Amino acid sequence: MRSNSAPGSSASLGVKLGALGAFLFLNVPILIIFLYTLTPDETTYTFPLPGITFKWFGVAVQRADLWRALILSIQVASVATAVALILGTLAAAAVYRSSFFGREAVSFLLVLPIALPGIVTGIALRSALGTFDFPFSFWTIVIGHATFCVVVVYNNILARFRRMQGSQIEASMDLGANSFQTFRFVVLPNIATALFAGGMLAFALSFDEVIVTTFTAGQQSTLPIWIFSQLVRPRDRPVTNVVATIVILITFFPIFFAQKLTAGTSDTQGETK
Amino acid sequence: MNTLLSGAGVHSGNCEIMTNITAPALQFDQVSKYFGEVRAVDQADLDIRDGEFFSMLGPSGSGKTTCLRMIAGFERPTSGRILLHGQDVSSLPPYERNVNTVFQDYALFPHMNVEENIAYGLMVKQVPKAERLKRVEEMLELVRLAGFAKRKPSQLSGGQRQRVALARALINHPKVLLLDEPLGALDLKLRQQMQVELKALQQRVGITFIFVTHDQEEALTMSDRIALFNLGRIEQTGTPAEIYEHPATSFVAGFVGTSNLVTGDVAKRITGQEIIFSIRPEKIHLADLEAGVPQDSHSVDGVVRDVVYLGLYTRYLVELEGGGDLVVVEQNLKTTSMDVLKVKGKKVRLHWKKEHVREVGN
Repeated sequence: MRSNSAPGSSASLGVKLGALGAFLFLNVPILIIFLYTLTPDETTYTFPLPGITFKWFGVAVQRADLWRALILSIQVASVATAVALILGTLAAAAVYRSSFFGREAVSFLLVLPIALPGIVTGIALRSALGTFDFPFSFWTIVIGHATFCVVVVYNNILARFRRMQGSQIEASMDLGANSFQTFRFVVLPNIATALFAGGMLAFALSFDEVIVTTFTAGQQSTLPIWIFSQLVRPRDRPVTNVVATIVILITFFPIFFAQKLTAGTSDTQGETK
Repeated sequence: MNTLLSGAGVHSGNCEIMTNITAPALQFDQVSKYFGEVRAVDQADLDIRDGEFFSMLGPSGSGKTTCLRMIAGFERPTSGRILLHGQDVSSLPPYERNVNTVFQDYALFPHMNVEENIAYGLMVKQVPKAERLKRVEEMLELVRLAGFAKRKPSQLSGGQRQRVALARALINHPKVLLLDEPLGALDLKLRQQMQVELKALQQRVGITFIFVTHDQEEALTMSDRIALFNLGRIEQTGTPAEIYEHPATSFVAGFVGTSNLVTGDVAKRITGQEIIFSIRPEKIHLADLEAGVPQDSHSVDGVVRDVVYLGLYTRYLVELEGGGDLVVVEQNLKTTSMDVLKVKGKKVRLHWKKEHVREVGN
């Protein structure tokens, strides 16, 4: 009887230990990255640290190759996400709204790229690019990334369409809105958060993509490829940790605020005024 | 059941409305609709008068909702024409027809508050904001939701959402308002209350209402006229009293109200003719075997198999000599539950006036 009275206060010791274990398992490696940004060692990692230094932050700022890689990654991810948002939404709308011969097949083929191993997608793209003598460039990387970014957006938007009351679109047309107005005032607000979530996910996927990129990038390095090359040919090794730390900090805030935002909307829905 | 009976009574008074015949608000001219091989609507002809409360009644899959969707413009007829105040609208998109719909699930926009929902039709037509707000205010008064302007649909009850959907459609002053089973999601008490409200609202605004329902009681209670649908065809069109008292087919007789359909040998023995006829349960008198049969009446003997006491009236199931059974309803004017329950198992004589017999087609 008593143990039922206060939910949360009575979790057993086993559950608490399990939660703690999961937390440590997920987060300790990240802490170790923070730790080794401060090591004075140039090529090896030793524990405990032989000393503490902040010089790698200064070194990182002055490495032009790092900046090129970071900027390229952001550009590729932005363009790939934009392409994915447009194509993914259109594809989801087509599959949801109309029924045509082979609709299920189209739906399956759209989702296939994300299920295929990246290595297969990479080889396929490289062969295709080679066949048509398409020179490797910024755009070939974008095309490679768009293959899986489109899927992520498509899945998110399609799921949202399926949850949306279909009669809303009919209601809008019935009340005198043409197709454009219906999209602007009814469809877009309904799928806005799905677009946001799909876009974030697509950006994150593109930003750390290695396999497909190695097949489609030619001479350029995106950030993950740059980090990878740094591990193979160590020079100023802690700089990679500095980069990792900065990436963590940069991604921390959008995710934090996104969580705050979605939590906020469910709160206001429950309110009476 | 009891509202069914009282509803039918109320509507005998409504027949005068029919005499104000003006130009038809809506006409169906040989309208058919096929979905692939399936014939959803089959050569429907309809004339709906201006200002009429018109119901399309029928079981699910009878084509009534397809007709409504063709009027709204969500479906195009395979053949035939739909005329709105004389203008052929068959191929116009929904946003170019002066017709509005109240959807079964209301289809309110969840991301907009009540005010924005109601103003939507005016907003897309770029009516100035001041006028929009003024008309929303009037609409909220009309549907008795003043003070709810800033609520989200998720913060409203079913009945309130219903009223928002009504206001959102009526604010556009449509020539015809379409209602697709709008009361289906409400509980019984609320539904009966909304039936009365809807009817009153319709008479106040004077707009033609076309109401789709599978609930015969609802149709009888509210309508000026009813079209009865079955398997894509219109079986009968008429006032509630006409449909109830003079069913054109056995389907109509069976679908509207409770009806005793008498066929075959029993029908021949009672009437002396090879016919199929229907007789309403409330028209039958239950009498002792010794009782005389009045003039111009049919009579038949049977045994009372079941008695259901329902307060206002009692329902008897009488098994006839020679097979078949009839449902008989008698008001509890003098009897009590103790009296009526004793009748069970007794032999009785049933009789009814010949004028109440309706010969029906198949």
